[in-house]
Amino acid sequence: MTDGAHDTTVEVRGYLAVLGALLLLTLITVGVSYLRLPEAPAVLVALTIALGKAALVAMFFMHLKSEKPMVFWPLGLTAVVFVALIAFALWTEADHLFGTRFTGAFGGVAP
Amino acid sequence: MKPDLATMEIPYTTDIRPDTGLTNPKLGIWLFLASEVMLFGSLFSSYALLRSGAASWPHQADVLSVPLATLNTIILISSSGTMVMAWAALKSGSLARFRLYMGLTILGGAGFMVVKAFEYSDKFSHHLYPLTNNFLGLYFTLTGLHAIHVLVGMVVNLYFWGPGAAMWRTEPRRFTNRVEVAGLYWHFVDVVWIFLFPVLYLL
Repeated sequence: MTDGAHDTTVEVRGYLAVLGALLLLTLITVGVSYLRLPEAPAVLVALTIALGKAALVAMFFMHLKSEKPMVFWPLGLTAVVFVALIAFALWTEADHLFGTRFTGAFGGVAP
Repeated sequence: MKPDLATMEIPYTTDIRPDTGLTNPKLGIWLFLASEVMLFGSLFSSYALLRSGAASWPHQADVLSVPLATLNTIILISSSGTMVMAWAALKSGSLARFRLYMGLTILGGAGFMVVKAFEYSDKFSHHLYPLTNNFLGLYFTLTGLHAIHVLVGMVVNLYFWGPGAAMWRTEPRRFTNRVEVAGLYWHFVDVVWIFLFPVLYLL
């Protein structure tokens, strides 16, 4: 071992457990897709599982769970802008996606 | 007076910078990854806009191969696992185990690219091109950009597996940090695929 080297057996076991969870979630999301759920619940389930998998990778493989606050500032800002980017795109189609209609600035209904 | 580049030391490559609490390479890679989130985010939002505004949209699983994409997901996630274990091997002082796990990571990347090449060639043989429709345009753009990222990661990993590993003999801590930074990039590429898989193949 070099200077500062230490036993990583416990860490490696943790990584293997995370890897197992990621593979299991992959099989679950594929299995659910074959159920041919209606669009809204299908999107909800698939993206929830994807978010869970991404969180596992970020927290454990990328060590975000023990990272310094300086990392979270740019990531937090990025998350806000990313959500806004998706939200604005969906907002423009909100009338038929969510059954709403945009009301104009003076109370009229937009064409 | 000109600085002597041969002996000049880059600051905070292994020591923590007091004001950020991080090494400079680590802060740098996180800032880069934040910009990458926005790059892929712009394409994901294009997908959301074009799909939600479309009068009709193909059932994606009928156009693309879910089994091949599942295989690729398993390969890429596993390579992310071997990547973090390569870094852990260096932390425990074993270059041999690092080489084993990093080699597996590179093989995983290569396997992913081979499966992707099969997928693309199958689409082309059925005359399905990026210009065919909006869905295929988005599919090829998103997966193509992602594949370029996989390729870049493989080149970096290959360097650390081969000639770059010489640094282990002289500066083991710095080399370990380099591998960690390369790992953060590789895991990010994995995270992008984790979202691409359901969005393009399953929904």
